[in-house]
Amino acid sequence: MKKTYKIDVDCANCANKMEQAAKKTEGVKDAVVNFMTLKMTVEFDEGADRAEVMERVRANCKKVEDDCEIFL
Amino acid sequence: MNKKQKKVLVRIILAVVLLAAAEAAARLLPLPWWANLGIHLVPYLVIGYDILLKACKGIKNGQVFDENFLMAVATVGAFALGEYLEGAAVMLFYQIGELFQSVAVGRSRRSISELMDIRPDYANVEEDGQLVQVDPDDVEVGTLITVQPGEKIPIDGVVEEGTAMLDTAALTGESVPRHAKPGTEVISGCINKDGVLRIRTTKEFGESTASKILEMVENASSRKSKQEAFISRFAHIYTPAVCFSALALAVALPLIRMAMGMTPEWSVWVHRALTFLVISCPCALVISIPLTFFAGIGGASRAGVLVKGSNYLEALADVRTVVFDKTGTLTKGVFEVQRVAPVALSAEELLQYAAYAEAFSGHPIAEALRRAYGQEISHDRVTAVHEDSGHGVEAEVDGHRVFVGNTKLMGRYGLSAAACDEAGTVIHVAIDSAYAGYILIADAVKDGSAEAVAQLKDTGVSRIVMLTGDRIEAAEDMAKRLGIRDFAADLLPEDKVAAVERIMGERESRGNLAFVGDGINDAPVLSRADVGIAMGALGSDAAIEAADVVLMDDDPRKLPLAIRIARKCLRIVKQNIWLAIGVKVACLALVALGFAGMWAAVFADVGVMVLAVLNAIRALRV
Repeated sequence: MKKTYKIDVDCANCANKMEQAAKKTEGVKDAVVNFMTLKMTVEFDEGADRAEVMERVRANCKKVEDDCEIFL
Repeated sequence: MNKKQKKVLVRIILAVVLLAAAEAAARLLPLPWWANLGIHLVPYLVIGYDILLKACKGIKNGQVFDENFLMAVATVGAFALGEYLEGAAVMLFYQIGELFQSVAVGRSRRSISELMDIRPDYANVEEDGQLVQVDPDDVEVGTLITVQPGEKIPIDGVVEEGTAMLDTAALTGESVPRHAKPGTEVISGCINKDGVLRIRTTKEFGESTASKILEMVENASSRKSKQEAFISRFAHIYTPAVCFSALALAVALPLIRMAMGMTPEWSVWVHRALTFLVISCPCALVISIPLTFFAGIGGASRAGVLVKGSNYLEALADVRTVVFDKTGTLTKGVFEVQRVAPVALSAEELLQYAAYAEAFSGHPIAEALRRAYGQEISHDRVTAVHEDSGHGVEAEVDGHRVFVGNTKLMGRYGLSAAACDEAGTVIHVAIDSAYAGYILIADAVKDGSAEAVAQLKDTGVSRIVMLTGDRIEAAEDMAKRLGIRDFAADLLPEDKVAAVERIMGERESRGNLAFVGDGINDAPVLSRADVGIAMGALGSDAAIEAADVVLMDDDPRKLPLAIRIARKCLRIVKQNIWLAIGVKVACLALVALGFAGMWAAVFADVGVMVLAVLNAIRALRV
């Protein structure tokens, strides 16, 4: 199950850090952050609650880059 | 510039003025050290307060190698060493660099999306005799929509009423407009140049060509190339590595000097270490690579070449073997009259008799004859038609007995047919029991095929192979005409995968294999090849799904063009990697040896980024 979210982040390296953080989040199978189109594509684990997982993803991303936003 | 960027700009200007005033005051007036520190701290805090705040948050979240933190340590360190001007100025330049990057990236993001501006915003639907603009997402299949001159066709469909010239440049890169009349299938994203069209939609908006293409291009840069993966891994270890060497510089070197009986010069080495921290920010490095690929993919789609990912652009640049499927790729995939060879009557007449005799047949050969004749056929001139499957047709045309068919048909009536050894199907004609000549019909070669093959050879493709289901003689003739030495004939569709695998096994050196097909029945081959390229895919969903690279129109010359675009993009990527890493490493060396200070470091950092971004934008121009 894949879903794409719009994000806002200022620098390319911060986007990389968000990608790493999202990948490590529980319930996320894989995540790709596209800095050029400002989009994050998240592939969820089987049976994961998407809304709940995305809240965690957002919290983890905020931890590595305070100045980022994921539009859920 | 957006609001955020404008705010930063104001702060930069303010900080420049305050810093200049502080510096002037420090030089002219005999200030005590604390006053000097105070007047330099004002511009420093104006320009750097957000960095300092983010640095604190970073520490709280355990982000030690966060670049805000590094900049904070470097500049606060400079203040601690009494280098007030330096501390404030480095922060200032850092912010200028960040602002430039953010503006440049925003610009290129916008210019690339403008290039891909094929997204239709609305559809005109008639309601109670009035045209209403509605969201194309809400238009159901089978709705009649109206497209005015100058508007984009929002949804794929068939023209019911009106004629117009359509500009397809945004989709195919082809500048010659196409003609649309009732019955023509039209695709979304084309611009109606003149005339009003009423179109019956055949697809939903989300399934229409324009939506599909946009989705593909937007997703393309999410499939990352090796270079992109390399640079993010590099950034991951680069920053910690530089930080640890900074630590070594600050602590170990003075201790070594002490051990060797020299003065430790703590402040010199701490200063150099702080400069290392400035250089350790990886952003300049990280931005240029995805930006280049994004620009490359944008530029390619503008030229009618859709690349589904940065990784495929990368693979395309290194193609050394190209395998063509013949029909529909190098040839038009439709039968056409190639030559008319009459005996004792004009070519025109021979074609006319043949076309009339075949007036009622639905066979592709008959269609080709009628197309070549090109005039209206009045069916009442043809009588007593008798079709003899596998041989040909007999008919009465204007009172003449006409036989049209193969050698066997001629033989049956005791006529000797002329010999023809060219590739294709030979149709003999006899009129009133006398042999009248033959017409050669074959699948026509596309205009650009020979040129495309020549261009591929020029770009360094070492092996070009043609696969076909045709007889070996026909294949040989075609290969010779196109300048292809390698071919495999008599292949069934399912043999093609095996043929491609054999060719892949035979290649002696590095380089990728690209398979080019028309997307019909060759999905397995497309996915087996390193790069699967579908051609003439406009409107063919199956091909868009199966291929890695899609050539939007059916011109084979797009293939060498695509390879050239990919090569250029990869060249720029490599330049940027070497430029960024090279300058960073050179800077580190110069700083360690004491030839460059923090000023030089921050200039180098910002300068490299400017150059890399400008270089990346070149990939947009095809």
